[in-house]
Amino acid sequence: MSKPAIEVKNMSMMFNLNSEKVDNLKEYFIKLLKRQLHFTEFWALKDINLTVEKGDRVGILGFNGAGKSTLLKVIAGVLKPTQGSVKVNGVIAPMLELGAGFDSNYSGKENIYLYGATMGYSRKFIERKYDEIVAFSELQKFMDVPVKNYSSGMRARLGFAIASAVEPDILILDEVLSVGDAKFRKKSEGKILSMFDKGVTVLFVSHSVDQVLKICNKAIILDKGQIIASGEANEICDTYNKMVSGGK
Amino acid sequence: MKYLKNFYKYRGLMYEIVRKNIKLQYRDSILGMFWTFLQPLLTTIVLVFIFGNVFGKSSSGVVNYPIYLLCGRLLYEFYSQSTKRAMRSIRNSASVIKKVYVPKYIYPISNVFSNFITFFISLIVLVCFIVFFCVTGNNPPHITGYIFLSPIPILILLILATGVGLILCTLDVFFKDIDYLYEVFCLLLFYMTPIVYKIDALKISNKLFSYVLMANPMYSITEMFRCCVLYGKMFNIHHLLYSLGFALVSLIIGLIVFYRKQDKFILHI
Repeated sequence: MSKPAIEVKNMSMMFNLNSEKVDNLKEYFIKLLKRQLHFTEFWALKDINLTVEKGDRVGILGFNGAGKSTLLKVIAGVLKPTQGSVKVNGVIAPMLELGAGFDSNYSGKENIYLYGATMGYSRKFIERKYDEIVAFSELQKFMDVPVKNYSSGMRARLGFAIASAVEPDILILDEVLSVGDAKFRKKSEGKILSMFDKGVTVLFVSHSVDQVLKICNKAIILDKGQIIASGEANEICDTYNKMVSGGK
Repeated sequence: MKYLKNFYKYRGLMYEIVRKNIKLQYRDSILGMFWTFLQPLLTTIVLVFIFGNVFGKSSSGVVNYPIYLLCGRLLYEFYSQSTKRAMRSIRNSASVIKKVYVPKYIYPISNVFSNFITFFISLIVLVCFIVFFCVTGNNPPHITGYIFLSPIPILILLILATGVGLILCTLDVFFKDIDYLYEVFCLLLFYMTPIVYKIDALKISNKLFSYVLMANPMYSITEMFRCCVLYGKMFNIHHLLYSLGFALVSLIIGLIVFYRKQDKFILHI
């Protein structure tokens, strides 16, 4: 048995909610002197235990504000957990928000290298993948146009093409399949399904139970920062559907 | 060891950001990269025109004033630009830092580096000035073998700018006021450093004030640089020790402050 791809142990994530946002020195000192610096503790995630084996495709379901995106960010290493530990074995490709690393003054071509570097890939590697990325994004004609002139769909397409070209071990998808037109959505779903054959591990967040059923073999439900159910995808999706129709 | 390995993995990102900063700086301008040396050239001409009559013909008279001024200005410009850019780098990259894991120190450091490269290009102006005055024989600078020591003050300045940049960008995440405060500080620094004037020409009687001027590491660094390229003599060893010590201490403080606070960045940007 090989090591699990992702191991999350007793992980909690706490945020300080400032009752008022203090972002300049004057206010800070005045508030400090008046002892008005109140922080409300907010536990976005509480005591999460999650083990994802290699090749598992886990759907994460939950209502808005349940902590889904926070969980993904902690696993991607963007946020550091307040307590507990997260162990990841393998290369992660986060697709939290497509095109987040783009510089809008840079052309499409230059952004491919920049985005690749942001994900930790060398220039040589991206050069090898360049044609594949351009072909998949269908933006051949726009490679020398600054990204600021791209439509949001074009950005998302380019972002998806880069993020999926790098053959990661672990793929993190946060509602990314809802971007682009129906045709591109189909294409990107196809691309992700083809990555499954190579044994990629997937964490998938979606509000669409259908998509989760199509892509995942396992699922968990998050509610108020806790995992309230986990198991096989179809069972969990049933539970989730009941929760939704239960008017909770 | 772990950090070195991580840095090695992300060296490509550093390269890409440096490249991007340089490429985008002059994009859409007609003269493009020419501005890296056109700008110091023109501003030096303006400053010589304004201050030349006041400070240029002072007691020590023999020194070539345009070169004197250019040395100070180039070093000051590099320091102020790179620290300002580094200061804002974390905020400006918020969209990436919030979404993808990247070692955050890459941003301030690569901003200092990209400015270092434009600084290097702008040194061409200095070379042109030196050649021009040597050829025309009009008050030529004293060029000797000591010119090969000129990388030393430049390296010290690079260390200083990196350290200060790290401190500033950490502060900037938590208090945006630093942006404005530092702007004022840089103006103060411009006049506190002997760039347009010579320190002995000021004839300062107040002991405390002259200590304050001497305590400025930019003063020692500029003086050392001028010794190498203008006076053609060995620089004062005290200047070397003081500025190097100052630069290293600020780098260490910068690294510590940055390292201890970097996990909190994301909650504030």
